[in-house]
Amino acid sequence: MNCIIIDDEETARVITQQLCSQVDELNVIEDFPNAMQAIKFLNKEEVDLIFLDIHMPDFTGFDFIDTLKNPPKIILTTSDKNFALEAFEYECIVDYLVKPITLPRFIKAIQKAESAQTAPTSETVKENDIESSSNSTEQKELYINIDRRLIKINIPTINMIEAKGDYILIKTESQNYTVHSTLKKIEEKLPDDLFLKVHRSYIINIKKIIDIEDNSVLIAKDVIPVSRSNRPELMKRLNML
Amino acid sequence: MNEIPNLNYIKELAGDSEAFKEKIIGIIKREFPEEKKEFLQNYTAQNLGKSAENVHKLKHKIGMFGFEDGYQTAIDFEEELKKKNTSLYPKFMLILESIEHFLETL
Repeated sequence: MNCIIIDDEETARVITQQLCSQVDELNVIEDFPNAMQAIKFLNKEEVDLIFLDIHMPDFTGFDFIDTLKNPPKIILTTSDKNFALEAFEYECIVDYLVKPITLPRFIKAIQKAESAQTAPTSETVKENDIESSSNSTEQKELYINIDRRLIKINIPTINMIEAKGDYILIKTESQNYTVHSTLKKIEEKLPDDLFLKVHRSYIINIKKIIDIEDNSVLIAKDVIPVSRSNRPELMKRLNML
Repeated sequence: MNEIPNLNYIKELAGDSEAFKEKIIGIIKREFPEEKKEFLQNYTAQNLGKSAENVHKLKHKIGMFGFEDGYQTAIDFEEELKKKNTSLYPKFMLILESIEHFLETL
């Protein structure tokens, strides 16, 4: 991925360059001490990824994003955790790194950027953008916000939900959605007679189970681990002969 | 203040690259006094909004030198300055002075 770095602090730019040098997939084309220089550059060149400091004098990172017609993937770098929610108002922002940035956390962000580029059937949506009004089987629909559109998911078509760091992956019969949210949050929106958390990273639709082994269940083509503590509840919920 | 600055983060980033380590320390040695000076100028002029921005920037270097409590102090001080409160100034200055002395040894 060709990338650029925008940060008014030279120390931060050099550190981000060093972190990029540890990842084979990344090629830093240029770095800029302010957003204006980067805008001029982007008028002529295309990049795949931008590391963008939010807190810059005169022109903030968000101001910068607002100037871009087709923004590439953006990873925010900041010393302020307070912008996290605002950050996810932007579809192009794939992650949010708090300085000082460590290599493991940096790599995780790159992986998110890569998956955002290579998963056309997955759509990234914003935290708090899951809406469902009830926790009973009467409620058949779950709405997620994609590009400021509310997309309806028919709840019974959900096969499973997997926690993936700061995101959850919702797998339905026909499509997958990557959502910036937590298992806990979506669990509250799902009918509990249909869904069960079988592992700290997985919620499954128990109607979709094809078979069960000792510590796993098969749903569609996915083998999902079942933790020992959750297995009794799973067995209780099944209509067994 | 019990914390003392260290180079753990920089060493981890540098890996085997002595050149990177020297480069980043050189940049910090140049940038840090400038950032501290700008903060003090704004603070002395009672421009607390600008001072908060300076603290925000200094926070990165405070974190880089391994301060954990100090990093939190910087976060609190930045918020405090936005509310025109300066009670954490002496505590914050101790952190800056500690880094300044440490940089002289490098």
